[in-house]
Amino acid sequence: MSQEPNTYSALGEVGAVSEKRSLWQRLMLDLRKAPMTARFGMIVILGYIILAVFAPILSPYGEAEVFPEPYAAWSAEHVFGTDQIGRDIFSRMIFGARNTVGIAVATTLLAFIIGGSLGLAAAINQSWLDQFLSRAVDVLMAIPSLIFALVLLSIFGSTVTNLILIIAVLDSTRVFRLTRAVSLNVVVMDYVEAARLRGEGLWWIMRREILPNIMPPLIAEFGLRFCFVFLTIAALSFLGVGIQPPTADWGSMVRENASLIMFAQYDIKAGLTPLLPAAAIALLTVAINFVVDWFLHKTSGLRDEQ
Amino acid sequence: MHPIIAIILNRLVLGIVTLFMVSLIIFISIQMLPGDFAEAILARAATEETVAALRKELGLDRHPVLLYFDWITALMSGDLGNSYTGRGVIGADESRAVFDLVAPRLKNTLFLASFAAIIAVPLSLFLGITTALYRNSAYDRIMNMSTLTTISFPEFFIAYILILFLTSLFPIFPSLANVDADTEFFERLYWSALPALTLTLVILAHMMRMTRAAIINLLASPYIQMARLSGATPRELILKHALPNAWAPIVTVITLNLANLVVGVVVVEVVFVYPGIGQLMVDAVASRDIPVVQSCALIFAMTYILLNLLADIIGIVTNPRLLHPK
Repeated sequence: MSQEPNTYSALGEVGAVSEKRSLWQRLMLDLRKAPMTARFGMIVILGYIILAVFAPILSPYGEAEVFPEPYAAWSAEHVFGTDQIGRDIFSRMIFGARNTVGIAVATTLLAFIIGGSLGLAAAINQSWLDQFLSRAVDVLMAIPSLIFALVLLSIFGSTVTNLILIIAVLDSTRVFRLTRAVSLNVVVMDYVEAARLRGEGLWWIMRREILPNIMPPLIAEFGLRFCFVFLTIAALSFLGVGIQPPTADWGSMVRENASLIMFAQYDIKAGLTPLLPAAAIALLTVAINFVVDWFLHKTSGLRDEQ
Repeated sequence: MHPIIAIILNRLVLGIVTLFMVSLIIFISIQMLPGDFAEAILARAATEETVAALRKELGLDRHPVLLYFDWITALMSGDLGNSYTGRGVIGADESRAVFDLVAPRLKNTLFLASFAAIIAVPLSLFLGITTALYRNSAYDRIMNMSTLTTISFPEFFIAYILILFLTSLFPIFPSLANVDADTEFFERLYWSALPALTLTLVILAHMMRMTRAAIINLLASPYIQMARLSGATPRELILKHALPNAWAPIVTVITLNLANLVVGVVVVEVVFVYPGIGQLMVDAVASRDIPVVQSCALIFAMTYILLNLLADIIGIVTNPRLLHPK
């Protein structure tokens, strides 16, 4: 908030034609002001999206193509060598971007659809529905989600659909809490009351009156939730109960090649191989965190300028 | 009755209700298992009669409500049932009591978790408070960057980086945590150094950032401004004015992160083959050893709930406004 009393003129303000900057212009202005970390984050995210979309074109070999030599060293043919049954690790890393990231995006979206709409409904309703949903969420959140996911996956089996559904439901509890909390501040506003008196339905009030006003925290939460979901899925795959082979996935790739790390003394490249997929996971989450951090700083009241 | 006692009692009752609900959820979700344990234990080739006989022996043919009450009353008396592994054919029962499987491993896990917590808690408090004090300095910005980075790392990434440097390239620590009941204390520290270090790094960043945010939030409040204007030194400001109000958020941060530690333990134990309860659970999930999965999940959930309850209660007890009611 900067006030410049010297340059203010009521006449000037009334006289000037107010020109609204277009969305694109505002975006460019914001981007120019973004710190280095946020720019770095955005470039990395863009890179991952390109990799995921054009995976079949970019990768030299197929996702499950097996070559005769397992555990081959890094070479011109196999940039990062081959894995325990002779699949090209570089190609699997590229396909991993599509599988791992794609599944995480789908899960996060589903979690937001479930948690967001229930949270909005609970905030508007504020009676039995709110009570019921809030208590149910309390109980669900009392179980650590990785543990709960382990139990459920062992029961329903580790298919991709089950994975997405289970993690989305478990994570929607957190989205529910946030959405409900931020919309409670908006629900009491006069314009919501006005819309209600006008006779608008629940859906209209949710979508047109409240949602636009709670977007910034929700967008930031989307980024953070995505990271959390992404790491959970990677952990589950690493534990062997997430995405199943032969689908290329970063979490299980780490596990499959983990033993190579002990050869680092003799061949540092072999030692690095199992770290590559893990680093791919880490890089994406770091990038998203940087962007979210900047976004939060820009939009929220949680500034620390003093 | 003092209002604080009333609130605490309220929370305790809520906690017990939650625990009960959680046990119910775990039980129900396991009841939904397609097929059942009897079929899962016996091979696919088993005839219908053998399956029915085993089902009867395990007591699975009764009503689910009865099964639940049996399970919960047995739990109360510390009986976690028998593991399904080691049970080949009917009659030749070599299965072990889940309690005997879980108890020594639980001890190992608690050892590992407290090892990590003892390093992580003071360190993160120190870092959190100092970064809040010197915020926007170079020190703060570097810490901010590096914690943001470690938060984004999956646990197994941190673990393997540590293995790469401290075991493979420079053999200082062992990569496999070879611990059993007879291992002596200092030897145990040595063997579990790497897992503990990994866990420390996993929770350190979160704890530090949350402490920092809590302190900064507090420093922005009007009464601190007032104290500052009336000439309090920075040291007085922190120790006398800010800290009494900061205890609640800080302790909440610590206990919440200890609850996260409980979960982080699973992956770390698998990486280092540490004989703890997390590894036991993953193995049991793979072999569908339901009594073990049930017990482990319940133990994890219980620890989690208790820690959260503790955070709640400490937050209430240290709240100056509640301590001096009008």
